Parts: sequence; C-alpha cells; structure tokens
Amino acid sequence: MTDAPISETTKTSTRPSGFQRFWQSDFMWSFRHAPVAIVSFAVVLVLVLAAVLAPLIAPFDPFNPASLNLMNGFTPPGEANAFTGDSFVLGTDDQGRDVFSTILYGMRISLFVGFAAVFLAMLLGVTLGLLAGYLGGWTETIIMRIADVQLTFPAILVAMLIFGIAKGITPPEYRDQMAIWVLILAIGLSDWVQFARVVRGTTLVEKNKEYVQAARLIGRSPFAIMLRHILPNVLNPVLVIATISLALAIIAEATLSFLGVGAPPTKPSLGTLIRIGQEFMFSGEWWILFFPAITLLALALSINLLGDWLRDALNPRLR
Amino acid sequence: MLAYIIRRVAQSVLVLLVVGLVAFAMFRFVGDPIDNMLGQERTMEDIERLRENLGLDQPFIVQYYKFLGNAVQGNFGLSYRQGRPVADILMERLPATLELAFVSGLLALLGGIALGIFTAIRRRGVSANMIMTVSLIGVSLPTFLIGILLIYVFSVELGWLPSFGRGQVVDLGGWTTGFLTKSGIQALVLPAITLGLYQMTLIMRLVRTEMLEVLRMDYIRFARARGIKERAINFRHALKNTLVPVITITGLQLGSIIAFAIITETVFQWPGVGLLFINAVQFVDIPVMAAYLMMISVMFVGINLIVDMLYFAIDPRLRVDRGSGGGH
Amino acid sequence: MKTKTVLAAVLLATTAMTGASAETLRWARAGDSLTLDPHAQNEGPTHTLAHQIYEPLIIRDHSGAFQAALATDWAPKEGDPNVWVFNLRQGVTYHDGSDFNSEDVVFSITRAKSENSAMKELLTSITEVRAVDDHTVEFVTDGPNPILPANLTNLFMMDKTWTEANNASAVQDIAGGETTFASTNTNGTGAFTMVSREPDVKTVLTANEAYWGKDEFPLDVTEIVYTPIQNAATRVAALLSGEVDFIQDVPVQDLGRVGDTAGLVVKTAPQNRVIFFGMNMGDEDIGNDNVEGKNPLADVRVRQAMSKAINRDAIKKVVMREQSQPAGMIAPPFVNGWNEAMDASSSTDVEAAKALMADAGYADGFSIQLDCPNDRYVNDEAICQAAVGMLAQIGVTVNLDAKPKAQHFPLIQNDETDFYMLGWGVPTYDSEYIFNFLVHTRGEERGSWNGTGYSNTDLDAKIVSLSSETDLEARNATINEIWQVVQDEQLYIPIHHQVLNWGMTEKVVTEVSPEDDPKIKFFEMN
Repeated sequence: MTDAPISETTKTSTRPSGFQRFWQSDFMWSFRHAPVAIVSFAVVLVLVLAAVLAPLIAPFDPFNPASLNLMNGFTPPGEANAFTGDSFVLGTDDQGRDVFSTILYGMRISLFVGFAAVFLAMLLGVTLGLLAGYLGGWTETIIMRIADVQLTFPAILVAMLIFGIAKGITPPEYRDQMAIWVLILAIGLSDWVQFARVVRGTTLVEKNKEYVQAARLIGRSPFAIMLRHILPNVLNPVLVIATISLALAIIAEATLSFLGVGAPPTKPSLGTLIRIGQEFMFSGEWWILFFPAITLLALALSINLLGDWLRDALNPRLR
Repeated sequence: MLAYIIRRVAQSVLVLLVVGLVAFAMFRFVGDPIDNMLGQERTMEDIERLRENLGLDQPFIVQYYKFLGNAVQGNFGLSYRQGRPVADILMERLPATLELAFVSGLLALLGGIALGIFTAIRRRGVSANMIMTVSLIGVSLPTFLIGILLIYVFSVELGWLPSFGRGQVVDLGGWTTGFLTKSGIQALVLPAITLGLYQMTLIMRLVRTEMLEVLRMDYIRFARARGIKERAINFRHALKNTLVPVITITGLQLGSIIAFAIITETVFQWPGVGLLFINAVQFVDIPVMAAYLMMISVMFVGINLIVDMLYFAIDPRLRVDRGSGGGH
Repeated sequence: MKTKTVLAAVLLATTAMTGASAETLRWARAGDSLTLDPHAQNEGPTHTLAHQIYEPLIIRDHSGAFQAALATDWAPKEGDPNVWVFNLRQGVTYHDGSDFNSEDVVFSITRAKSENSAMKELLTSITEVRAVDDHTVEFVTDGPNPILPANLTNLFMMDKTWTEANNASAVQDIAGGETTFASTNTNGTGAFTMVSREPDVKTVLTANEAYWGKDEFPLDVTEIVYTPIQNAATRVAALLSGEVDFIQDVPVQDLGRVGDTAGLVVKTAPQNRVIFFGMNMGDEDIGNDNVEGKNPLADVRVRQAMSKAINRDAIKKVVMREQSQPAGMIAPPFVNGWNEAMDASSSTDVEAAKALMADAGYADGFSIQLDCPNDRYVNDEAICQAAVGMLAQIGVTVNLDAKPKAQHFPLIQNDETDFYMLGWGVPTYDSEYIFNFLVHTRGEERGSWNGTGYSNTDLDAKIVSLSSETDLEARNATINEIWQVVQDEQLYIPIHHQVLNWGMTEKVVTEVSPEDDPKIKFFEMN
C-alpha cells in the first residue's frame, strides 16, 4: 500500500529523546526492582545469543546431512552409542543428530520465524491502524472489514492454506526454504489485527485532541501528523503486544509443525523437534522430547513474563 | 440505528463472500481429490469421468458460483471421502465440538474469573504471583504437547481418565450428548482442560487488569474512604464493572475455541468438526473443507456482528474499539 | 476392580453352561473403511471391515493360504481349460434370512465387473459367469487363467434380491459422489452383522447367530467395536490404558513398551509389502535437479551408485528397530517370481558408489528433490530422512519434501516427481501384478504407477504375454527374465519389506495376516 512512510515510521520511533529519558528513568527503575523481569530478560538474552552464535557453539552441524551417521541414532545423553562408541551431551535423536546442536540450530529457526512474523504483523497492523483511525470513512471500513475476515481464519487455517498455494507456485529448488517464509507470512498475517485495533483506537482518541487539531490547522501533512504526533502515543501498547505476540508466534510455529505444515525435519525448528520427540515419549527415549520442550518452555515463558512485566511497567495507572 | 444495522449486515455478507472465495480458491491448491477417490487401479478414462462429474473441469469462477448458490441453501454437496451430504456430516459432528467448546469455555470463564479476582486483590502476594507465573506455562507450551502429556499422566500412568473419544453418548433426536453418562463426562475432562487452558489464562489476565483499573477509579476510592468493607468493594463494585469487557472478550473467543479445537480433537480423537476438517485436509475432501470454513466464518462474523450491535445499542459514541485487551 | 469371588464363580458357571461367553473386541487402527459397498473401493481398511460382514468364494486365512468360504471347492473344468467350476456351500443364509445361491454369484461378479466397480481390473479375464444349478457356478475366461482364484479373495458376494430391492444394483459411484443403500447398509453372509456405524468414529458389529461357519471357526468374539484413532501416541495410549483390546499398527518404537506391559502382547509377521524409491530416468532433462541439459538419473551407474549408498541395515536397526527385512528386489517374498538371490543382491558400498558416480561424470554430485509420503508407510518420513544423509555421502544433495499421501501420490501419477518413495503390496501373490503397474511402459491399460519413464517394448511384450501363458513353467521363466532386466537396469532402489506389528491384550489370540486384514472370526479369546 504505502511503503515509504512505513520505513520512516520505524526510524522515527527510536529517535525521540523523550522516550530515551523515559527508558533511563522510571522504566529502568521498575526493571531493576522486578527480579522476575531480570531473570526472564537474562534467559531470553542467553537463548537468543546461543541461537545467533549456534555455528560457533554447536559441536556439530545438524543441518549438514553428510555429517550424520544414522547408527548414532537414539544415543542416551552422556552415554556412548552401542555401535559407534560416540557420545553426546544431550544424546541424539532418531536420525543420529546431536540433540544439543539441533536445539541450538532449531532455536535459530524458531526465533527467526517469531521475530520476522511479529515484525510483519507490527508493520501491517500499525500502518493499517493509523490509516483507519486517522482517515476514517471508507478507508476505515475496508480495513476493519479485512480485519474481520482475518479474524475468521485462525492462524492454523491461514498457514495450511498459504502452504498449499506456496507449494504450487514455488520452484522446486526454493521449496526447502519456502516453509519458513510461509510460516512467517501465515503467523504474521493472522496477528496484525490486534496491532491495528489498538493503534486505531488510540488514533481515534488522539486525533481529536487539541494539539493535533492545531497541527492540522497550520497545514501539516496527514502523514507528518500520524508519524510525529500520533505514532509515539501508540508505541507502549504496541511494544507490549509485540512481546506477547513473539511468544505466541513461537508456539504457533510449533503447533503448525504438529499439523505437518512447519519447518521440514531435515532443517527442524524447536516445534518440529518436539513433534518428532513426542513420538518417542512412550518408548523411553525421553531426551528427544524433553530437551527441546524445556528449551521452548524457557523461551516462551521468559518472553511472556517479560511482556507481562512490560504491560504493568508501561501502564502508569497500575503502578 | 436501522441504517447502521443494515450497513453492518451488508458488510458482514460481503465478508462472508470474500471468505468463501478465498477458502474455495485456496483449497483448490491443496491436492487432487481424484487420487483418493479412485483406487490404485484406474484408467485415464475413470479420471476424466470423475473430473467431469465433480465439475472440476469447469472454470474456477463457475465452480465457486455453484458452490455459493448451493451453500446458501445449506447444500454443501457430497463429501468425497464419505459419499454423504456434507451438511449431514457436519450436523452429526457439531454436537461433539459444541459440547467440548462449551465445557472448556465454562472452565475458562469460571477458572479465569476466580483466579483473576484473586490475583488482582492480592496483587503483591506471593501466591498471586505464583499463579500468574504458573498460568503462563500453560500458554508457553504447544497445545498438542499439553494434550499428549495429560494423556500420558492421567490415562497411561494413572489410568484415571480415557485417552480418546467421547465415551458412551446418548442420542437425543439428532443431538448426541456425552453429558448423560459417566464415561461421557469422564471423556470430556482431558480434552476440555487442554482446550480451555489457553483461554483461561487469557481471561484470568484480562480480569486482573480490568479489576486493577477499576479499583483505582475515584468512586472505589470514595467507597473505601467511606469505610465500606473491602469485600463488598471488590465484589459488589469492582467485579461488576469488570465483567462487561470480560464477557465480550469471552464471546469473541468462543469462535476461536471452536477453531482451536482442531488440534485438541486430533490429539484426543474427539469426533467433532475439527477432526473432520483435518481428515478432509488429508483426503483433499474439498466440499468438507469449504463447508467447515464457511461454518466457522458465519460463526465468527455473527458473533462479531452481535457484539458490534450491542456496543452500538449501549453507547453509540463508543462503536469502536473493543479488542484492545485480548489475544486472538 | 475386584469382583466378589462367589459372583465370579456363578458367572463362570453360567457361561460354561451356555458354552459361549459374551466377548467384546475393542479394535482400533489409524484409518477407517471408506464405504460399505463391497465393490466400490479396492483398499485395505475397506476390505478388512467388509471381511467381517461379507464373504468371498475363497478367503485367505491368517497364514495367507486359501480356505474355502462360500465355495466349497473349485477346479478348472475337465476338457475346457477356459472354464473354472465352483461348487457353492449349501445352507448359507444372508443376515436378512434369504438363501445364498448361484444366482447371487452371477449377480455379484457381474456387479463387480460393472463400470463403477473398483474391483473390475481383477476380473478382466472373465467373459461370462453362468449358474449351472443352484449351487454350481462356471467362470468362463478369455483364455486359460491359472491364477483366477487368487483374484477372488476380496470379491464379496451380495444377495441379488436384497440389492435389487434397494436399488443398489449399480455399484456406488464414488467418482460421482453418490450414496446408495448398499454404501450405508449391509446384508452379507459373514460372521458378524452391523449394529451401528458412524464413519471415522465408531462401528459396532455383533455375532451372526445363523452363521454357517459356527463350528469351523473359533468365533469367540461376539461383539466388535471398531474405532479409528489417527494419532499414533493416542492409539498406543488407548492400548496401554486398556481402552482397546487390539490395535493393528503399533509404532515400531513402542513395541518394547507394549510388549513389556503386563497383559499386553505384540505379534509380528512379515507383511506383503515392499518399500522402494523410484527415479525418473525417462526424461532428457529433469526439473527437480541442479544439472542443466542432462538427466543424471538416466545413467544406470548413477542409479546403482544411489542404491549402493543406501545402508539398509542401518535403516533396519535404527529407523525400523529391526522391524523390516532389507530388500534387493521390489517383490515381497510371498510373491510368485520372488527369488532369494535377487532379494539379497543389494549391498552398501560408499566407495564403489563414489567410483560409479565419478565414472558417470558426477564426481561432484548433484542435487535433487525427494518426494516422500508422511502418513502412508511405517516411518516413511524417517526413512527418507535417513536416505538424505546417506546420499549426501556420495555427493547427492537431497531436498526432502514430505507430505500427506493425498498430495504425494498424484505426483507419481502425473509425472511431477523425479525421485519418490513408493510401497507396493501384491494381493494376487504374483509378479505379473507388479510388472503391470510398475514396469510396463505407462499407457492406457498398464503402467499407471510407473513413474520412472522407463519404456522397453520387448519387456512390455513379455509382460503382456504373462496373462495368457498357460504353461506355468514357461510363465515363471518369463517372469524371471523380466526381473533380470529390472534388476540390471536398477529400475527402482528397493529398501525393505515391511513388517506388521499387531498389539493386543493377552486375552486376544490370533496370528498376524500378511495382508494386514484381520478376520475376527479366526480370533480366540482367553
């Protein structure tokens, strides 16, 4: 729709010095006095770093099929494999992949999908919400009806549908990477409505305030008004929604893997690992499920707790 | 008022048309139904004949038009998989999903409100914070895993509750219910918890936030200053004002409970419409997929419409935002 | 649960006196029957349910051997090799009480040969079926057909009067999305009658009191409750928690757990099904690889190298947990034409494979997409995944695309895949069935599942000759010649023969049938 103002939006959002001052004062004070927030933040930081640095940390490259030895399959954590004698910290999965390395690489995919999907949702939601709220009229009706259509399709359905189409139209050599982009698109598309609704709501309130009216009177362009005056007011709720959405997106990716539309098993995400691992729950190979599941739990829980704290911290009325 | 309603209904119909078109278009890419319907030994002739019979050789828009025309009359055609009218199959399966959605919705509402109040009143208490944290675990694991873990603990290890199906059901003239038998109620427990957990967390947090906001309002402060008992304040004044948005959000969530039932039903082999949909996807049973999606859409759009109108009726100035608090 | 001893004793006494105890078998598997019309689908789970209710002239028992069912004996007619004579069982009645006679056989075979029938390909050689008297029927074929009885083991007999009275003479037109009386109702001669059925949810059958075979079969089960459970973990949980008595598809990783659980038993037997990879060797250039202007799979050395790269023993040990038998040819050992030497011929030799690749000019390898089902065969996706790693050893970079069978099989049918997994079962127990579908040039009549693009006119002629060759020895020699070419050309990369794993409670006693079609009348209950 409108590409130029979007990129401007994101740039300006970090610039205002008022926000920085806020960051340094109240916000940080609140952070320093919330042990849960500190711990959560530390966990997220460690996990994100581990994922980013996976190629340096991981002892094996689980995405390189030539390096795998099937006979290493099902090696328990810390024990030596009966056939090959190799041993692995967290054991190996059904294909002989080192579980520790696979989790690191899988987390990379999960986090990438999560961040990219939330970014997409935010971009779409904030833009459309601003437009709907500020311009009103038909623009608003169309955007909010599209939002209704969107709500009609749960993320699961959207992903299954997009997957079907994408398989039909992507050339075979790109199909391997396709899954990840489809996930991003599907999760991003089903998540933008929340952003749009909040932004539209705030915009409706702000646009009738005197300072906006004044800006309009002196002939400021609508885009300038939206970016400079209205956008800063919606940043707090948007940040909260984005955080919660990130956790949701990571879980949604896992759910989609269960339904067979997630990341491929040759390049698994955390969700794919859990889907594979649950098949071995009754048979005693607990580590194939347990370690990826605990990692996912730690990641999503920390992000959720952080979002929780953020919601309270950014809402001055609740303090 | 009337003009608004008419406009809003017209918009909803348009939304449904678009949903139908999108759904129908996309399902055409999911796979080829021909292959499932004919066995391994078939000829090109069979394939051509089948294509013709199903109308798959016609232009896409013609297929969609026919589909819509029939759908309006409640005729979604015949399931490729079962060879029976899709409408009949949906009606058979719907009670299972609705009962599951009802029980898990109730569970979410009651549990969510109770815990929400508790955590709001004891905002700084240890137990309230524990509940807030633990409740997040429920939304930090994928639903399918929670379901399988519940099966493992309560069916396999403890042997307390059944792992699949609806148990013994009673047929009440076209509506099969599991509420009337012991096995039917037992079978409901695990799936309802699995499905309701997410919504419960959501409602709990919503109630807590709303309560906290209300408790800071001036009139509550006055009430407190006047020496009204804390208990009375909490329940008579604060809770009452909290419930309106909570019930709205819950209403909106009902649709998504039914949609999310897809996963729960798959894990517990619960014979509802969600499982029907997943089967349809696997068998590329386009009429069932399309009908399911239309049904879900009507439900969502209907709920949306009702909520909008209620808002309009209560406060015409406020016919705006209502989803700011919720997830999706 | 403890029942009072006295009460139990009384109950025991009562059942002992009546001689038959009321035993319910709660039975689950992943999928459900597609229709109740016995001629409308040629598919495993559909036939399995039909076998409880309807009967063919001849059945296979759980060892795969012929057993007389509605026919008591059968033989080629003396002096006319084109005619088979079947003597029918007397005193057999349908569930509605009417008698079974030769008229019904003529009617049923004619029905199964009709346009909508999915069974007609098995009956192409039959030109006429005639009733000689009430309990004798003659099948006339277009040439001598020594293997005709093998084609009749899933061909169920319906009552002419009942079918006609209910307007179900035409086979349900699945293609036309039709429902008929016979697709939702049943009237067979079998050991069980239908009580209720909700497709994909639950089917209840009860013992047929008037069954002719009461003294021939154990018939310990008096009621069957059949529930499909799709999710493997849930299915196993249902067996472990005692909610079902019998499941047909225990995942290989859960065999230990089920076997170790007190009161549960796992029974294992080779299945009549072989799993293999197919390769598009027919096209000049293929779309799903990174080699331009050439088709690496057209070179037999590449195909041999790929076969040598596959470590079938590792797949057996790790992926299949010993529940498979490595294969060297794409015929299960049950099949006429199977040959021990050929089946043992595949070997793993990565060095030799690399040399072959270099010879063929692909020392640096190439990349290609492998299409794989993920809900059809035992651990199908995991096998493909293992193959990805093994092929990487010789420089073949494989992109794996796994998907539900409904989306996988059309790729093979429509020539849209260059490298794919397929499994093949052989209900006729004869190689001709394999050649017709997988080796013959793809065309109108034959070769519908030959996705390799392979075409050899000499071989095609030999395959066609099999259907009318009366000299069994000459026929077997031809079969062997065809197999030799298939092997030399490395037409397919065989992986293994599947093994069936049935899980059941201790009270259920049965052998595993190689077709994976339990006939509950053979079950004994402790």
